[in-house]
Amino acid sequence: MSDFVSGFWNIFVAGTVLVSIVACVVLLWAQSSATHNPGSTTGHVWDEDLQEYSNPLPSWWRWLYYITCFYGLFYLVMYPGFGSFAGQFGWTSDGQYQNEMKKANEQYGPIFKKFLSQDVSAVAANPEAKEMGQRLFLTYCVQCHGADGKGSKGFPNLTDKDWLFGGTPEQIKESIINGRNAVMPAKGVKPDLTGDQIKDLSGYVRSLSGLSADSLRVQRGKELFGAACAACHGAEGKGMVGVAPNLADKVWLYSSSEESITETITKGRENRMPAFGEFLGEAKVHLLTAYVYGLGGGEPAAAAPAATVAPAAAAQAAPEPAAAKK
Amino acid sequence: MLTHDKIERSVPLLIILVILTISVGGLVEIVPLFFQKSTTTPTNELVKPYDALRLAGRDIYIREGCYNCHSQMIRPFRAETERYGHYSVAGEFVYDHPFQWGSKRTGPDLARVGGRYSDQWHRVHLLNPRDVVQESNMPAYSWLDRPLKEPNIGAKMAALRKVGVPYTDQEIAEAPKAVQGKTELDAMVAYLQGLGLALKQTR
Repeated sequence: MSDFVSGFWNIFVAGTVLVSIVACVVLLWAQSSATHNPGSTTGHVWDEDLQEYSNPLPSWWRWLYYITCFYGLFYLVMYPGFGSFAGQFGWTSDGQYQNEMKKANEQYGPIFKKFLSQDVSAVAANPEAKEMGQRLFLTYCVQCHGADGKGSKGFPNLTDKDWLFGGTPEQIKESIINGRNAVMPAKGVKPDLTGDQIKDLSGYVRSLSGLSADSLRVQRGKELFGAACAACHGAEGKGMVGVAPNLADKVWLYSSSEESITETITKGRENRMPAFGEFLGEAKVHLLTAYVYGLGGGEPAAAAPAATVAPAAAAQAAPEPAAAKK
Repeated sequence: MLTHDKIERSVPLLIILVILTISVGGLVEIVPLFFQKSTTTPTNELVKPYDALRLAGRDIYIREGCYNCHSQMIRPFRAETERYGHYSVAGEFVYDHPFQWGSKRTGPDLARVGGRYSDQWHRVHLLNPRDVVQESNMPAYSWLDRPLKEPNIGAKMAALRKVGVPYTDQEIAEAPKAVQGKTELDAMVAYLQGLGLALKQTR
């Protein structure tokens, strides 16, 4: 029952506390019978000229002292502190916390619930939900995706139309709930690539996006691409949602520089979005899904009813990604 | 009767009485903590001793003074649990000698940072926080990507065993191998990714 390993500690704490408080009272009470000579000094001189008047204690101080001692006893009766005695109020830090949570749930629960029952695209179009979503985003998502949702090197931009794992409400929600793992193996599926061949491939990958590259390397890289990269990125380098990024668009998760592409092919890449489902709970995930969906890059849901609302929602959200900035 | 005049004139008596007085606080507030179940037994089976690499990372955490800006103590307030996860409980820290609770938050609390970000994020962020969080005022620890030098890792674990961390002989014997060829960055990331997993999934 008690948290102490033996009953001794209960008695030890309670006894020491009680003796200390009583001793404080007794000390002052005993000292109050000391004789004083108001106006004259105690006769003790130290540090050459320091002396002390032999005056009685001011009564306001004396009474404050007694009151403090009795308040201490009252506190021990009401609150935990006296050994393992829980106190008359039954207060615990966890109880106070649970109470705070309960109050908050009563106050905010209905608001979350209201949005949870609505379709993601409808929530995305609601200004109130957008404000809530933004605050959640600024707490839980900005560290990787940035305050403006535009990500950084290695962490996806959420405001564009390029989706590594899909931009429909279902896919976004899935990403938030269960997280995502992304691994590009070093040297793709052709582990015997030489350094020079990797440079050829980098050149070809750059050319796919219309970037400048050595035409000889592009030609050689094109021949290698089929064996080393096409298994995931597709024959035309257009990638596949959930499998590999599109290399033929102008969106770069790492960088479009030749060094960066060479590094990617040589060492591979590995990154992960952690799962937030259990931590955040259904209602917050729903609001965040809608917020991310509304950042401007959301794709209409597969289901028919949502598709009719989505364009309107996207159109409304699209002109103002700046709202995501602080 | 014993008056303050007598106490003032005798330094030994003054010392003894001062020690007696101030020891009461420690006797009732600190000593019993060593004899409470909640402070001496692990919260659940997920609270495990730090493995060799994490322990090395923890020493780097201490070396770099991370505790000066980061606490590892989530208090039982809604404002904290909403952001960080379940509040910290004493049984999570039974293998921490010393604990890294800290008392100042220039940066966020790290008690449950484990699994919150990807390994890759930690690597980028430790070397230069501005690469991922533009607004960050955390210093860059750009030197961490260097070989980890831990010749005494086994001795450290043996010392921790003396104060109650249940390392086995085998774990201590294999420790040098576990940190071999790793970088300080590897160790830090391993340490950070293991923080607070015991109560991670509940708010």
